[in-house]
Amino acid sequence: MALLNVDELAVTFTARGRDDFRAVSGVSFTVDQGEVVGLVGESGCGKSVTSLALMGLLPAKGVRVGGRAEYDGTDLLTLPKSKLRDMRGTQLAMIFQDPLSSLNPVVPIGVQVTEILSRHRGLRGEKARKEAAHLLDRVGIPDPTRRLKEYPHQLSGGMRQRALIAMAVACAPRLLIADEPTTALDVTIQAQILELLRELVDQEGTALLMITHDLGVVAGLCDRVNVLYAGKAVEAAERRELFAAPMHPYAHGLLGSIPRLDSPRGQPLNPIRGSINDQIPWSEGCAFAPRCDHYVMECLTGTPQLTEPATAGHRVRCVNPVLDQSDLAGPVLEAPVMDTTGSEATARHPGGAA
Amino acid sequence: MSTERNEPREPDDAARADGASPEGAVPEPAGTATTPTAGATTGGPGPAAPAGPERAESPLAKARMSKADKIDRLAQLTAQRTTSSGDSLWVAAFRRLRSSKMAIIGAVIIAVFVVLAIIGPWIAPYSPTAQTWRGEVFSNRGIFVGPRAENWLGLDNLGRDQLSRLLVGARQTLLVGVVATVIGFVVGALIGGLSGAALALGGRTGQRIDTVIMRFIDMMLALPSLLLAVSIAAVMGQSLTTVMIAVGVVQIPIFARLLRGSMLAQANADYVLAARSLGVRRRRIVLAHVLPNSLGPVIVQCTLVLATAIIEAAALSFLGLGNLDAAQPEWGVMLAQAQRFFDAAPMLAVYPALGIIITALGFTLLGEAMREALDPKLRS
Repeated sequence: MALLNVDELAVTFTARGRDDFRAVSGVSFTVDQGEVVGLVGESGCGKSVTSLALMGLLPAKGVRVGGRAEYDGTDLLTLPKSKLRDMRGTQLAMIFQDPLSSLNPVVPIGVQVTEILSRHRGLRGEKARKEAAHLLDRVGIPDPTRRLKEYPHQLSGGMRQRALIAMAVACAPRLLIADEPTTALDVTIQAQILELLRELVDQEGTALLMITHDLGVVAGLCDRVNVLYAGKAVEAAERRELFAAPMHPYAHGLLGSIPRLDSPRGQPLNPIRGSINDQIPWSEGCAFAPRCDHYVMECLTGTPQLTEPATAGHRVRCVNPVLDQSDLAGPVLEAPVMDTTGSEATARHPGGAA
Repeated sequence: MSTERNEPREPDDAARADGASPEGAVPEPAGTATTPTAGATTGGPGPAAPAGPERAESPLAKARMSKADKIDRLAQLTAQRTTSSGDSLWVAAFRRLRSSKMAIIGAVIIAVFVVLAIIGPWIAPYSPTAQTWRGEVFSNRGIFVGPRAENWLGLDNLGRDQLSRLLVGARQTLLVGVVATVIGFVVGALIGGLSGAALALGGRTGQRIDTVIMRFIDMMLALPSLLLAVSIAAVMGQSLTTVMIAVGVVQIPIFARLLRGSMLAQANADYVLAARSLGVRRRRIVLAHVLPNSLGPVIVQCTLVLATAIIEAAALSFLGLGNLDAAQPEWGVMLAQAQRFFDAAPMLAVYPALGIIITALGFTLLGEAMREALDPKLRS
C-alpha cells in the first residue's frame, strides 16, 4: 500500500461576492516509501496549493477542500488540527521555495533547528545543540557548530536551503514535500541540493513529493511524474516513459519547447501558444484545448478522463493523445537514461552534455 | 634527468620553507644584495652541467611553487577569516546607524541633553529659586535684565537666573519624556501584543478578543491626543506625575496599533508557514518568531514618541496643568510664564522654546535614522 494516497483532491477558494475559484479540481496520485514523485506544471496550475492542502496549511477561512488524502491509512484532510500538528515534522515535513524568507531573520539557525528537536524529540540544552550540529553536518554544511550561532542572512543561499532541509529531516519524517526547493538558487547549487535530496531518499527511505516547474529537476530526480494543468493531472507516468513519449499535447509541447544546444543555428524556438489564462472550464471540455495543436471537436464534449491509450501505467487525460513522437527526435528520447544523481546542468540540456 | 630534476629542487624547497629569510638557505649568499629570483640564485653557483636544465626548469618550479604558495596563503586566509559570527540584526543595524550623519547629530544632541539633565543642578551657577537682582532696575532695559557676565542668559521676571532654571529644568523635561514614553510603550505593547497574539493564534475567540481591544484603541485614537491628555490631567489634578501619565496614556493606542499591525504582517511571513509546516506550537511561533520580528518599528516609535512626549508635556505645562513648583522649573512652565512678558523680554520665551525644539529634533533625528537602519528593505 502506498504511503500517501491522494484521491480526487479538490481545493476551492471562496470569497463573498465573487465566484468560487477551483485551484485544484481532482488531483489523484500516490507516493510510495522511498519514491520520488514529481508534480509538474506551470505557475498557477495548483501545485503549491496541493502541497499546502496535504499539510493542512491552507487558511481555515475561504477555502473548501474536498477528496481524500490518505497517509498511512489516515485521511489528512479530516484529521483534527492538533493531531495534524503533531504529525507535521515527525511524519510529514515540507521544504519551501525561498530559503531566505523561510528562515526567521532575527533568530540564529541553531535556535531554529533545536526548536524542532525540542518540540518533537524532547531534546534540550547541550544534547539538542549536538544533535543540531550533527544535522547540519548531515546536510553538508561545513563547520556546523559555528553555523549554529549564525543568522540566516550570514549564510549563502544554498546553505540556507540546506539548513531548511536539516530542519525538515530533523525528526526523520516519512514523507517530505519539497515545493520548488531549487527555484531561488543558481544552477550549481540546485544540482547540489537535488543531490542531497536524492541521497536522503536513498539512505533514509523517505518518500519525496517534488513540486517543480523545472523539467530538468524531474529528469534528474523523480521516479514518477504527474503533469498538472489548470488544477487537474493531465498526464501521469514513470519518468522514462514520460520523457520518451509524452502523450498529452501539453506535456509534449513542454518537452518540445526546450531549446537544444545541438539544434541547427537559427532554428526558431517551439513554444506552446498562449498562456495559462487561455483556458476553458474543465466542465466544458479540455482546459488546454484553446492552446492545443492537436485540438479536435471531441475536446469540447465534457471533461476528458484519464486513460491509458498506449502503455500500462501511463495515464493521459486527452481524447486525442500524441502517439507519434517523431517530432521529438534525438537525445530528448534518451534523456531519461541519464544518471539520476547527475548534475542539473546535464539534465537541463540533454543534448549539449553528450 | 629525473635525478637532476629532483636535486635542484631541494634548495628551492628550502627557500620556500622559510619564506622570510630565504637567502640564507640558498647555497650562494650573494642573493641578499639583489633579492634575485630563485632561478638566478640557484643557477649562478651551480656546476655547468646541471645549470642548463635547472635554469630552464626554474621558472616552471617557481610557477609551481608560487601556485602552491598562493593556495597555502588562501587556505591560511580562509582559516583566519573571522566571520561576523553572532552578528545579530541589532548589531548590524547599529553599525549602519553609526555611519549615518543624521543619527550622529541626533545622538550628540541627546547625549548633551541627557548629561545636562543629570548634572544640571550641580553646574547651575545659581539656585533656580534665588532672586538675584532685588532692587535693581535698569532704565534702558525695563525691569528685565538681559544677558550679562553674571547671568549669561539674563534674569526672568522674578529676577531668577534663566540659565540655572533651564539647566535644572532639563531634568524635569527628560523625566517627563522618558516616563511618559515608558508608560506608553509598556501598556501599549502589552495591549497590542495581546491583541496581535490573539489574532495570530487564530480561532474565532482570538478574533473576537482582537476586535474588542482594537475598537477600544480606535476610540482612544479618535480623541485628539492633547484633548485626551488635558482631560486626564484635569481629572487627576495638577502635578508632574499627572503630566507624565497624561502624555503616556496618549501614546498607548499608537504603540498598541503599531505592534499589532507589525505582528499581523509577520504572522503571514514565510518563516511562520515553514515553522508551522514542521509542527512548531502556535504559542512558540508567536513568542519566538512573530514577536521578535515585530519589535523593530515599535523601538523606533519609542525614540519618535520621546520627542512628541517632550513637546506634549511642555504643551500641558504651558496650558497650566504642569508642575508649578518654582524649585522644579519645567521648560513648558517657563515658556508659559515668559509668555506674559513676551513684548518686553522675548528671549525669556525663546530659550526654553529652543531647548524643547532642539531636544525634540535630536530624538526625531535618531528615530528616523534608526527606522532607516532597521528597515529590512534597505538591508544589504
